[in-house]
Order: sequence, then structure tokens, then C-alpha cells
Amino acid sequence: MSVTNGFAVVARNVGKTYGEGKSAVTALGNVSLEIRKGEFFTLLGPSGCGKTSLLRCIAGFETPTSGAILLSGRDITYDPPNSRPINTVFQSYALFPHLTVAQNVGFGLKMQGKPKAEIASATARVLALVKLEAFADRLPQQMSGGQQQRVALARALAPAPEVLLLDEPLSALDLKLRKEMQGELKRLQIETGITFIFVTHDQEEALTMSDRIGIMSAGDLLQVGPPREIYNNPVNRFVADFIGETNFLTAEVRNNVVRIGAGHEFAVPLNGRQGTITLAIRPEQVSLGPAGTGLPAKVVEATYLGTDTHYTVALQDDSRLTARIQSNTTASLEVGDQVGLMIDPNAIRVLEA
Amino acid sequence: MKRNDKASRNARNGWLLSTPALLVLFVAATGPLVIVVLYSFLEKGDYSGVRWIFSGEAWFRILFERDIFDGTVSLADANLSIIWRSIKLSFMTTVITFVLGLPTAWFIATRSPASRAFWLFLITIPFWTNLLIRTFAIMEVLRNQGLLNTFLIHYGLIDTPLQILYTDTAVLIGMAYVYLPLMVLPLFAAIDRFDFKLIEAGYDLYASRMNILRHVILPIIKPGIVAGCILTFIPSLGAYVTPRILGGGKNMMIGNFIELQFGQGQNWPLGAALSTVLLVIVLGSLVLYTRISSRRAG
Ligand SMILES: Nc1ncnc2c1ncn2[C@@H]1O[C@H](COP(=O)(O)OP(=O)(O)OP(=O)(O)O)[C@@H](O)[C@H]1O
Ligand SMILES: [Mg+2]
Repeated sequence: MSVTNGFAVVARNVGKTYGEGKSAVTALGNVSLEIRKGEFFTLLGPSGCGKTSLLRCIAGFETPTSGAILLSGRDITYDPPNSRPINTVFQSYALFPHLTVAQNVGFGLKMQGKPKAEIASATARVLALVKLEAFADRLPQQMSGGQQQRVALARALAPAPEVLLLDEPLSALDLKLRKEMQGELKRLQIETGITFIFVTHDQEEALTMSDRIGIMSAGDLLQVGPPREIYNNPVNRFVADFIGETNFLTAEVRNNVVRIGAGHEFAVPLNGRQGTITLAIRPEQVSLGPAGTGLPAKVVEATYLGTDTHYTVALQDDSRLTARIQSNTTASLEVGDQVGLMIDPNAIRVLEA
Repeated sequence: MKRNDKASRNARNGWLLSTPALLVLFVAATGPLVIVVLYSFLEKGDYSGVRWIFSGEAWFRILFERDIFDGTVSLADANLSIIWRSIKLSFMTTVITFVLGLPTAWFIATRSPASRAFWLFLITIPFWTNLLIRTFAIMEVLRNQGLLNTFLIHYGLIDTPLQILYTDTAVLIGMAYVYLPLMVLPLFAAIDRFDFKLIEAGYDLYASRMNILRHVILPIIKPGIVAGCILTFIPSLGAYVTPRILGGGKNMMIGNFIELQFGQGQNWPLGAALSTVLLVIVLGSLVLYTRISSRRAG
């Protein structure tokens, strides 16, 4: 009868305030969120926006100050962590230092009172999944950071939870290992079919791994959607700025036509907006041609980034834009060059403020 | 080659330089021990001291006694029971201080750094106070007209004073009080290093509170537990002042018994043999502890 049954986790108007009175800190304002079964969901937001708090409410380490958490349609708001079929991969790994890798992985099953044979076979299976069969008898401190990370993952996966929570699990790894683990995580999620709720403040990580992303800011959920949708249709300036690089331009709407710079006009879908508006334009959707072809502009900065080159150009009214141009497509431009700027009108987003 | 020569010469010189210190250490550590063991194999002197004649009598007397009239041999129940009581009381002291010390240490380790210093200071105050004074203070609390009994009678919980002083209970209370800081401090050090995230990890992985204690906390702070138990058990075993004052002379522990042999008993070899027994028990328990602590938790 409930519509929440198709969802793994539902947060309904969840609020969380730490402390009382003067020292009270509101970590979550009023968060409502529906996470589908078997999806790779990412919570993305700047530091201190409440990602960990939301995750801890789902795990059961914190009790929401208001609202409810449902798991497969069942209210678990007040259930202790040890009775929720939800496991966590901690940022610091939190591996048991006195137990071997195999004992760490088998811990959850042992605590559930599973028979020894079942624990052994499940442990072996999960260790194979994270490619650590050869390390079963090592102690955690005898392993590298990346390997410990896999143990933490294996330990959380072994009891076959309904939902796996991962709080910035890759932040302690170096870039190369991090890329490798991103692929690994995605593979594990697909192979196990477990719902992953992943926390990061790395937007690229979020874009590449997730089925859907939830963008948080200051304790609120601003936008939820697939990476492409969030990237192409950010709901506000914050989201646009946070996901990828964005040029913001102030523009005038006159007679349903948008003007930027000194009188250049664009036909942009406006939904009846009038007056001063903000336009969001992605750097890769700005192209530069020879002077006289589009909006007259001057190159003020050029940054070579390998495949791409970033050009910062100044328009006639001195507003600035960044263009991301593939390095080999045009003859390289120099600072001071006069260019013509072109923007695909369909790529321009009109933002609220 | 040359460098090697120089290095080894340096090493040799280093040894030479530390010889006096090593010698002093060696003599100071083993000398008294050798004397004690040696005396235990000599004949007792007429009033005190020893006669330099080899004799196994002292060792025989620890375990057996000879009837004065017919010379029949039987087990020396009195001696054995004193040794046994010492072990039992020390063990119980260790258990009591552990049960009291663990929550105390936990409490202190989870305070803010500022209040932590205060609590640690409170715990160590007794350290800076003379043992005799502390023991007499406990006597004042426990005696028939003392604080405890007065309190209990005043509130009608009992009619006649409880006889606690001069019993094993009094000795236990006294020893637990005296050795509690020695248990709390190593436990505190271990808990202070403990990563509290591990409790969440355990809780997340379906462990009950009891299982978290058993399978996560205790195994990880085990070095602290072992250190605390050693620091409590071993001095308890040789305790002298506390059983003497609170046990009232009847309830002797091995320390008092040894003192008796060297003093009133005028039997130095027996005292020396008993001291050796004490030493063996201590060494034995040390070996046992290290065994336990080096075994990997399952
Ligand atoms: N136990 C706590 N007591 C008091 N305030 C807290 C507590 N935990 C978090 N907060 C506060 O709540 C807010 C949200 O914190 P939270 O840890 O959820 O942020 P986050 O999004 O995970 O940040 P980060 O990316 O830095 O990990 C912050 O202002 C933080 O200071
Ligand atoms: Mg966080």
C-alpha cells in the first residue's frame, strides 16, 4: 500500500540538530530523499553541509531530531545500528587491529551468529571479490592503505547488507589508486546489486560513478538527479558552480530577448522571465573564432592543460568568460589576441538568481 | 676494512665504559638474591642468623611439620594455608581493582583533556600519601565504632556493628584501595590510545554491547589489562603493611610470615626459603602473564 516499497532508503523530512540552546548546530534542515533499490547514489556537497550527518542517521549512529528514515518501507528511525541490515565503510577504515583480514571480514557474520562453515565460505567469497585472497591471514597494519580500503569494503559487504554506506572512502588514497578504486567500487556495486550510498565532495568522482547524485548545501538537499541532468540543468547557481566549471553572466532581458555584452542578442528559452537574469554557460560550450565572427573579445589568460586549453576572455563590458578548447583543433591563441566568441544558445541555462 | 675495525673498537670501548655500571647493576640485582637462596639452605642459628652448615630443613618445614613428641611427619597446613591465602587474596585484589578500575579508566579517558588531568590527579593523590597513614585511615573507616558502622547503625540498616576490621575482607578492601591507581593508570593509557570508531564499526556489524566489550574493547586494551594486573598482583603478593594493620596479625599473608621468621621466629633459613617461594610465585605469574598477553586473540 505504501509507495515507498520500491525504495531502499527513504528519508522523510529529516532534520538533525546537535546540541541545545545557544550551542546548537543544525546539520540537516529538512531533507527528503528517496533512494532506489540497487542504485549507486552519491551525496555531494561542500565540507560541513551535512553529508556525514545524513549518513549517520541512516546507519543509526545518530537519531534524527525530526522526520523519519525508512528501509524498504519499514520505519527504522529508532532502530540501533546493530539491528539494521545496513553496513558502513568508514573513512578511516576502522579495521579491528587485533584481528586478521579474514577475521575482520567475518566479524559481522560471527556477530549474527552464523555457523562457522558459512562464515568461512562467505569470507572467502568476499575476499575473492576484492582480490585479497592471498592476504587472509595478515593483520591490517601489515597492509597498504589501498589494501586496507579493500578489507574495509569486504568487511562491510560480507554480511550482504541491503544498503552499503560509504563516507568518503577514497579520500585517503592517492590519485592513481583512487581512480582504480572508483572503477572497483562501481564493479562491486553492479556485481553485488547492493544499494550504495556514497559520500564525496569530489564532483568528478560523483559524476563518473553515480546513477544519481544528490547535491547538498548547508543542511539541505538542493537537487537530485542523474549526473547528466545535474550537469546540464543545474537548478541554481550553487549547483552549477559546484558541479563542473561554469561561467556566470549577468544579462538583460528585453522583449523576450537576452542581451549580453554590448548589445549581442540571444534567443534563449526564458519562461517569461524579465529584467536582469543570470546565465550559466559551461566553458566547453564556448567557442572562439577569428575576430569579427561573434561577440568581440580579447584573450586575457591562456592555460594549457594538455588535451584542452583554458582561455579566459574579456568582453567589451569587461565581463569575463572561460572557454575550454581542445588544444589541437585551433592554432593556439596568445594573450592579447582579439577573438570572436560564440555560444550555442541551447547550452545556455537561465538561473533564478 | 679499516672502518670496520674502528667500529668494532668503538663497540668494545663502549662495553668497557659501561662495565662499572653493569657490574653494580648485576651485583645489586643478583647479590641479595643469591644470599637469600643460600641462607635458605643453611642451618638456623641459636637465636637468629644462620650457622654455616648445609641443611634442607627450612625447605622441608615449608611443606611438612614434625610432631615434637613422636616425630611423625605431616603436611604443614599452617604454612601452606598462608601461601594459599596470599595467592587468593592477591588474585581477588587484582579482580576487584580491575572491575573497579576499568570503568574508572574508561570514564577518565573519555573526558575532555582539561578535566582528564584533574581526574588523573585525584587518582594519583593516594600515591603521594604515606602508606601507613592511608592504611590507618581505612582502619578508622572500618572499625566497629568507625565511619561505616556508625553510618549503617544510624540509618538502621544494622543493629550491631559489623566486624570487618581484622578479617580478610578488611585486608581485601585495604589492598584494593592501595593498588587501584596501579590498575587504573595502565588501563587509562591503553583506553586513551583506543580508537573509538572501532566501537561504531562493531555496532554497525551487528555486535551487541556485550560482544563489543568482549570482541573489540577487551582484546585491544589487553596490554593495558596485563600491565595493570601485573602491577597489582605482584605487590599484593608481597604486601606487608596492609595485612599487618587491617588483618590484625592473625590473618597473615606471606610477607608477614616472612617477617615473622626473621624477627620473633628467629628462623632465618625458613624466612629465606619462604622469600624464595614468593619469588618463584612472582616469576611464575609473570611467565603466565606474558604467555597470555602474547597469545593472539581469536
Ligand atoms: N557530533 C557533532 N556535534 C556537533 N556538531 C556536529 C557534530 N557532527 C557534525 N556537526 C556539525 O554539523 C554540520 C554538518 O557536519 P557533517 O559532518 O555532517 O558535514 P559533512 O558534509 O560530512 O562535512 P565533511 O565533508 O567535512 O565531512 C557541521 O557544521 C558540523 O560542525
Ligand atoms: Mg563528512
